[in-house]
Amino acid sequence: MAHADTHSDHHDHKPSGIGRWLFATNHKDIGTMYLLFALVMFFLGGAMALGIRLELFKPGMQFFDPGFYNSLVTSHALVMIFGAVMPAFVGLANWMIPLQIGAPDMALPRMNNYSFWILPFAFTLLLSSFFTAGGGPAGGWTLYPPLSLQAGDSFPLTIFAIHMMGASSIMGAINVIVTILNMRAPGMSLLKLPLFCWTWLITAYLLIAVMPVLAGAVTMLLTDHYFGTSFFNPAGGGDPVMFQHIFWFFGHPEVYILILPAFGIVSEIIPTFSRKPLFGYDAMVYATASIAFLSFIVWAHHMFTVGMPLSGQMFFMMSTMLIAVPTGVKVFNWTTTMWKGSLSFEPPMLFALAFLFLFTIGGFSGLMLAIAPADFQYQDTYFVVAHFHYVLVPGAVFAIMAGVYYWLPKWTGHMYSMSLAKWHFWLSTVSVNVLFFPQHFLGLAGMPRRIPDYSTQFTDWNMVSSVGGFVFGFSQILFAVVVWQCARGGAKATDRVWDADPTGLEWTLPSPAPYHSFETAPEIH
Amino acid sequence: MAHAHPAPAADKYYVPHASPWPIFGSLALFILMVGAALTVDHASGGPMVLSAGFVLLLVLFFGWFRTVIGENQAGIYNLGVDRSFRMGMSWFIFSEVMFFAAFFGALFYARQLALPWLAGEGAKHMTNVMLWGHFEGGWPTNGPMQLGPKGEGSTFETIPALGVPLLNTLLLLSSGVTVTIAHHALRAGKRGVLKASLAATFILGFVFVYFQASEYHHAYTELGLTLGTGIYGSTFFMLTGFHGLHVTIGAIMLLVIWLRVMSGHFTPERHFAFEGVAWYWHFVDVVWLGLYLFVYWL
Repeated sequence: MAHADTHSDHHDHKPSGIGRWLFATNHKDIGTMYLLFALVMFFLGGAMALGIRLELFKPGMQFFDPGFYNSLVTSHALVMIFGAVMPAFVGLANWMIPLQIGAPDMALPRMNNYSFWILPFAFTLLLSSFFTAGGGPAGGWTLYPPLSLQAGDSFPLTIFAIHMMGASSIMGAINVIVTILNMRAPGMSLLKLPLFCWTWLITAYLLIAVMPVLAGAVTMLLTDHYFGTSFFNPAGGGDPVMFQHIFWFFGHPEVYILILPAFGIVSEIIPTFSRKPLFGYDAMVYATASIAFLSFIVWAHHMFTVGMPLSGQMFFMMSTMLIAVPTGVKVFNWTTTMWKGSLSFEPPMLFALAFLFLFTIGGFSGLMLAIAPADFQYQDTYFVVAHFHYVLVPGAVFAIMAGVYYWLPKWTGHMYSMSLAKWHFWLSTVSVNVLFFPQHFLGLAGMPRRIPDYSTQFTDWNMVSSVGGFVFGFSQILFAVVVWQCARGGAKATDRVWDADPTGLEWTLPSPAPYHSFETAPEIH
Repeated sequence: MAHAHPAPAADKYYVPHASPWPIFGSLALFILMVGAALTVDHASGGPMVLSAGFVLLLVLFFGWFRTVIGENQAGIYNLGVDRSFRMGMSWFIFSEVMFFAAFFGALFYARQLALPWLAGEGAKHMTNVMLWGHFEGGWPTNGPMQLGPKGEGSTFETIPALGVPLLNTLLLLSSGVTVTIAHHALRAGKRGVLKASLAATFILGFVFVYFQASEYHHAYTELGLTLGTGIYGSTFFMLTGFHGLHVTIGAIMLLVIWLRVMSGHFTPERHFAFEGVAWYWHFVDVVWLGLYLFVYWL
């Protein structure tokens, strides 16, 4: 039926002014806001990281007092995880899922905008705590009690900011699941779904399963602090280690929330620039599901040194090592996809390849950490820092950049500067290794994490790492420049964008993709 | 009104345009959270900001749902939109299940692992000797220092499972039956039965909340059982408290649905909002059964 409200559906009509963004319901606009927010947070969190590397360039205290250093470490993690990587993935999901499944928009467009706009407010709350008595949150992003309970006025701000981020993530995840399950074009069975959608579907499931657990955990912290409960207080019969269990029941699936969409992006890019279909599509789907399942039963490997029973250590060690199997399936499938392919090395492919090699290094150091008796040595050292930065920076962040370089011409309608993007790639890839690889050595030699000063024998590698950090940090300005230039203009992108002739519904649309796309669902054969 | 009953399903998936509610809702949530943070820190003006946040949140719910109900009554939602709402509600309830799982997990961990270790079980003998040699564990407990309303050394009693909690179990289970009767009546077009049994459902819900509140009063004033009564009081009040909050919200949702029924909404075929609320109600019902078993009984 013709209804006044549905009228403008028929035109490629964009709302104008600030209202377009404040009151947005369009998945592309909301996706753009998510991506820009993530970029801002990436630079903010990156600035905090450079502060850390600046302090660690030399032994001794140089620039910050230890309390502020602790705040930098804590906020860097919260900003990068909840402000940069997760919103970037949600932004990509917003842009690409409807285009990849042939849907007119996300299933619940108003809730989509709600889940975005909560984020700037949540981070205002979190970062405003830097200006309260006692400074920003300084107990580490894991918020272990009793340390986290000793914070100043930043404590409730941190807790409530996390509640808001959780609400945002849950709503975003519900939207992704409902969109994928309900809005696919006729004929697109689940096993024809592009892998980016598959990995996001499973990620969204993980989000809905564990974000409420985090909300519960931080609520218990809040009541222990202000309302006299004893969840984590042994005097009343509680146990601080219980917090660690509940936290990591959230935290380990969270780790996969940060990497599964990256797997999806890489699984789109490698086949395109190998000019071959993805090797083992079904195996990729089942491997993703297996990783998600296993993520729920490995959490205590983050806390081998708390004094668990031997049976607990054995169980969590073995279950953790099992994850190497489905992850191995993925790495081998990507490699096999390239085997005898006709490879070309455009920026998205370069980042995807760097992901493949460098993420795998992070995976291997993860296996080392999974060995309970060896972990007693590694726990809380820079080796752990090196490990998770390898999976998160040349892992998750590189995959996001690969995705942006892959789909940017589809979004803007322009090609970007390939040479500048390649400069960005080479500077980033070299410097990220200079930044993080020496941290393995520091950790194995015994340098503890989260401490602003260190013993002089660690000086050389810290200097190397800091130099790498600054080169990496400033190289990212190139990324912003490439994106900015591409949004402003450039050579006209074709519908299929890449000579490699990528497959997928998004490439059947014009570049830039029209404001309203797939109002009539395409048929999939 | 032109469309008292939803018109035949629209052929297109409805994508709404510019909506002020999400940004308004984000602001409301922000004010609520700032108010909460100020309040727990005993800052001046905290309760005022918190109340303002609550009011704005109520305005949000009222306005947003009004918009959606209006669009629905105008018949612009096709079956695809209906299916999205159903899936969205199901996954939301799943997230709620996981929220309660965190607190049930805390209860099980404390009872099965933390307390026996604190009492020196197995390899943890020295933990007990070094920290609280006199502590023998067991359940219920408020810990080795016997924390509670009188500070250290407080004693407390628990609420027996066979009293009001049993009555509350019967109330909630009956309300589960009445909401099902209401659903069958809605599908059979028997509006009279629908109205009566839906009213019975939310009345049962509010009576449950009343009994629960009076039990809390009893616990605080006579039993020495408070939120601060060690691990027992913590798990007891957080689990039953969050459940009670959900029953209250669920009963309000039922009331809204009842008001919509009274003004002629819902058809035997299309009544997502009714079903969504009914699912939610069954969910709080099931959580209660878990509470009754693990918090009151065992």
